[in-house]
Amino acid sequence: MGRFVARRLLQMIPVFIGTTLLIFLMVYSLPGDPVKALFGSKAADPATVARLRHEYGLDKPLLQQYWDYITGLFQGDFGQSFTGRPVADLMAEAFPVTIRLALFAFAIEVVFGIGLGVLTGLRRGKFLDQAVLIFTLIVVSIPVFVLGNMAQFLIGVKWKLVTPTVQDSTDLSQLILPAVVLALLSLAYVTRLTRTTVAENLRADYIRTAVAKGLPRRRVVGVHLMRNSLIPVVTFLGTDLGMLMGGAIITEGIFNVPGVGNTLYHAVITSEGPTVVGVVTVLVLVYLVSSLVVDLLYAVLDPRIRYA
Amino acid sequence: MPDNKTPQAGPAGVAGTGPSTAAGLADASNASVASAAEVIAEAGKPESREKARSLGQDAWRELRRNWIFWVSGVLLVLLILMAAWPSLFTDVDPRHADLRNHYLGGPQWSHFFQEDWFGYNVQGQSVYARTVYGARASIIVGVCVTIAVTVLGGIIGMIAGYFGGWVDTVLSRLTDVFFGIPLLLGGLVLLQAFTNRTVWTVTFALTAFGWMQIARVMRGAVITQKQADFVTAARALGAGTNRILFRHILPNVLGPVIVVATIALGGYIATEATLSYLGIGLKDPTVSWGVDISAAQKDVRDGPHALMMPASFLSLTVLAFILLGDAVRDALDPKLR
Repeated sequence: MGRFVARRLLQMIPVFIGTTLLIFLMVYSLPGDPVKALFGSKAADPATVARLRHEYGLDKPLLQQYWDYITGLFQGDFGQSFTGRPVADLMAEAFPVTIRLALFAFAIEVVFGIGLGVLTGLRRGKFLDQAVLIFTLIVVSIPVFVLGNMAQFLIGVKWKLVTPTVQDSTDLSQLILPAVVLALLSLAYVTRLTRTTVAENLRADYIRTAVAKGLPRRRVVGVHLMRNSLIPVVTFLGTDLGMLMGGAIITEGIFNVPGVGNTLYHAVITSEGPTVVGVVTVLVLVYLVSSLVVDLLYAVLDPRIRYA
Repeated sequence: MPDNKTPQAGPAGVAGTGPSTAAGLADASNASVASAAEVIAEAGKPESREKARSLGQDAWRELRRNWIFWVSGVLLVLLILMAAWPSLFTDVDPRHADLRNHYLGGPQWSHFFQEDWFGYNVQGQSVYARTVYGARASIIVGVCVTIAVTVLGGIIGMIAGYFGGWVDTVLSRLTDVFFGIPLLLGGLVLLQAFTNRTVWTVTFALTAFGWMQIARVMRGAVITQKQADFVTAARALGAGTNRILFRHILPNVLGPVIVVATIALGGYIATEATLSYLGIGLKDPTVSWGVDISAAQKDVRDGPHALMMPASFLSLTVLAFILLGDAVRDALDPKLR
C-alpha cells in the first residue's frame, strides 16, 4: 500500500509540471499584452510599461518565468494579479464559496443518483425504470447553460420560488437552485451507471447464494449487492467531485455565485495571466489528488484488489 | 463448431456453385456468427457466400432492427439537410432585421415554416430562420472536431499502445497532462488569443483539448490486439509495421473508437454552443445557436421564445447524436451494454 502510494505520488510530479507548464505557455505566449491592456484606451508610457513588465518578470524568457513561478509556488507564493492583489487572496475568497456549492451539488448527486439507480436497477423494464431512463437522456442532452437559464427563468423569475441569483453565498437556501442545476448532469450519469451495475450484479451467483441462505432482502441489497455495485460508481463520483471543486463556469455565471468558476472566467476574459495560472494550478492538484483517492478507495470496496 | 457444420452444409454447397463454396463456409464458421441453418440457406445464393459478414455488416444488420437508430437517424438527416441547404426550409434571410415592426414579436404556432413561426428576437430577426441557419455552425464544428479528434487521438493511442516502452510512457504522460485541463477551460484560454474566430478556430481549440479520451481507448484496444495470433502471423509473413498497424490491427480496434466518437459528437456541439454563449466562441455575423441563446438571455422575461427555440434545437441535436451513439454501441459492442 505504502509503496503504491509512493509510486503514484512520484508519477504525479511530471503530470503536475506538464499541466502547469502547458497552461503557463498558453496564457503567456499567446498574443495580447496584459500590461498594455492595463492602460485601456490611453497611450501607454513606454517607461512605465517597461517598469511594469520588469516588475511582473515579463521581460525574462518564458521558461525562466515558469521556473520563477514554480519556485515561488513551493514557498506558498501564487504571485500577484495585474490589479495588484495577491492571487492567493483572490482564491481564498472564491474557494470556500465553490466548496460549499460543490458539496451541496455532490450530496444531491449521491443521494438521488444512487437512490434512483438502485431503484431502477432492481425493477428493470418497469414503468419507473423507463421514466427515469428518459429523464436522464433528456438531462444529458440539454446543455447546462440552457438548463440553468430555463430553471432561473421558470423557478426564480416566473414562479418566484427562490431568488433568481445568489445574493449571499453563505445562505444555503439560496444555493439550492444552482446546486440542483450543477448536480443534474452528473446525477443522470450516476443513475445510469448504478442502474447498469445493479442490474448486472443482481444475476451474480453470490446474490443467489445470499437469497438462498435466507438473508433478509434489506441485507442482500444493502450489503451484498451495494458493495459490489458501487465500485464503478465511486470511480465516477471521485473524479466528478474533483470537477465540481474546479468551479462551474456556467452555473456560477448564471446564478452570480462568486466562486472559482466565476473568478476563472473573468480572469480569462481580462487576460489576468497570474490568476488563471494560479487557479488552474490548484485545480490540477485537486484533480491529481482525487484520482489517487479513487484508486485507494478501490481497495477499500473490493478486498480482492491489493496494492503491492 | 466447423466440424458440425461442414457435413450438413456440404451437399447443399456442392449442389450450389462449386469451388468457392468451401472457402465461404470456412470463413463463416471462423466468424462463428452464422448458424448451420443460415449457412445452408445462404449456400444457394452464390454472391452472399463469397465472404463472411464483416463487423460492419453485422453491426448494420443489428442497427436496422433498432427503432432508436431510425428515430435519431431521421432527425440527423433533417438536421444535416438544414445545415447543407437551409434555403430548403426557409426563404427568409436570417440577418434581415426589422426592429420597427417585429421587436420580440411572439411566435405564431399555426404559421408553419413561415417567417413568424417561432416569433422574432430582440433585433427583429426571424427566430425560425435563424434557428434553421444556426444548424450549420453546430454540425460543422461537431463533425469536424470528431473527425480530427479520432484521427489525432487514434494515431497517438495506436503508437503508444503498439510500441510500448518509453514511447508509451511519454505519450501516456502527455495524455495525462492534457486530461488535467477540462475541455471548456482549455477552449476558453486558447480561443481568447484569437480575435477573429471562425468555425475552424473553434474546431482547432476543441480538438487540442478533446483527443485524450480516444487516445486512451485506442491505446487499450491496441495493447489487447497486438498479442493476438493474427498479428504474430502477419509479422512472421514479413509484414511491415505500417501494414500490421493499419491493415491488421486498425480494423479490429475501430469498434470501441467509433462508439466513443459518436457519443462525444453531441458533447462537442454542446461545448461549441457553450463557448459561443460565453462570448468566446463564434461571433455575431456567424449565425449560431449559442450566439442566439446568449443574445436572448438578457430579454428572457419579455421574449422567452427567442431563447427557447434555438435551445430546443440544440438539445434535440445533442440528443439525436447521443441516441445514435447508444444504438451504434449496442450494435458494435454488445458487451458494453
